[in-house]
Amino acid sequence: MDFEFIRAYAPLYASAAGLTLTIAIFGIVLSVVIGLLCSLVKIFKIPVLSAIVNGYIEISRNTPLLIQLFFLYFGLPKIGIVLSSETCAVTGLAFLGGSYMAEAFRTGIEQVPKIQTDSGLSLGLTRLQIFRFIILPQAVATSVPVFCANIIFLIKETSVFSAVALADLMFVAKDLIGIYYKTDEALFMLVISYLLILLPVSVFCTWLERRVRYAEFGNSNPVSGK
Amino acid sequence: MRLEEILKTEQLNKSYENGQKVLNDITFSLKKGEVVVIIGPSGCGKSTFLRCLNMLEPVDSGAICFKDRVIDRANKEVYELRQKIGMVFQSYDLFPHLTILDNILLAPFKVQKREKSEVTKEAEELLKRVGLSDKKDVYPRQLSGGQKQRVAIVRALIMHPEILLLDEITAALDPEMVREVLQVVLELAREGMTMVIVTHEMDFARAVADRVLFMDQGVVVEEGSPKEFFNSPKTERAKQFLNMFHYEAR
Repeated sequence: MDFEFIRAYAPLYASAAGLTLTIAIFGIVLSVVIGLLCSLVKIFKIPVLSAIVNGYIEISRNTPLLIQLFFLYFGLPKIGIVLSSETCAVTGLAFLGGSYMAEAFRTGIEQVPKIQTDSGLSLGLTRLQIFRFIILPQAVATSVPVFCANIIFLIKETSVFSAVALADLMFVAKDLIGIYYKTDEALFMLVISYLLILLPVSVFCTWLERRVRYAEFGNSNPVSGK
Repeated sequence: MRLEEILKTEQLNKSYENGQKVLNDITFSLKKGEVVVIIGPSGCGKSTFLRCLNMLEPVDSGAICFKDRVIDRANKEVYELRQKIGMVFQSYDLFPHLTILDNILLAPFKVQKREKSEVTKEAEELLKRVGLSDKKDVYPRQLSGGQKQRVAIVRALIMHPEILLLDEITAALDPEMVREVLQVVLELAREGMTMVIVTHEMDFARAVADRVLFMDQGVVVEEGSPKEFFNSPKTERAKQFLNMFHYEAR
């Protein structure tokens, strides 16, 4: 292992990791928004939109991200829409993630017993208030494990971004291998970079899951909790 | 003295999607301060009837009137009306993500927009009345079933409802917890609260009711004072039903 090489190219990996992370964050935030909207459309069974959302979810979940990116990067310019690599990457990730997040939200919302809505109604709350103050907090808590799994999955999916000429981690690694034939070092640094990004996320998710687990409301302080 | 009529239904009909009739021409009237207990076998429509009174279920035909005002379920006024008709369910209706105090305060804050200090004070007084002052900061899962139901009653009372609907509120409880909940209801009745109660606790029904309604297959089969009904039921169906609660030694 050539440590001199590793030291020399570590900054390149660091900036590539920064790009990967930035795109992942934008993509994930967007997919959460898309997911929430889609799940609402499905929960409230809004006509027409429901059918569109269903179609979207099936397409998004049953095609690989690589193909979705190819469509955005090579396909859209054919009809005159040219997107930058970054835009393609964020859009692709959000398109893929949106459907996964939608399903996570939907299961979370559907797991809240109907009696909770009835109680809210009988107290005079409006449907919107019930959703906002009663259903959503419980749904989010139940969806946290799936949610976290989705986030980690989406970050890992970013490794195909190099296909649309984005200088992300994978791109840098492949580049270095091509130029210097330092396969071991380049891949070693690639693994370390992904671990450095994903381990903290993973640890945070585990902590979060424990914190908000559905059945654990009120159990955060087992000492003073009666 | 003629008491003021507060709630009535006229020829209420309701069927399930499969065509089975749940409510068949139910005409009912409730006077201010009256406690009506509805009993009957499972599936007779008593819970559905209660849910209809609070407009939680649509009806096929018939009218529900609150103080001479016909209630239109599609209208926004139902939200306002529901504040005047409190309801407590069989179980699992406290909000698990909120503390006991927040469970109670949610509706007064968000619906009635009341002052925080004033409602908090009232909530604490009500909790004290049901013997749960020390529980205001805990979460529902840390309470026993009986304690949860007492909180649910408080949560309904803080809205100052004119009518309280109780839907088998002790059916999911262990026997020794039933009493602590029913004691609260008995006190409310003594204070003149207007209530419609669905229950399977016959002794409680006898003690609390001004009037008993016996329902079977969506129809009010028999109606009368608790004394009349429990001591000398008129219909064969009611006799059969009441006999199920008696056990003879061998």
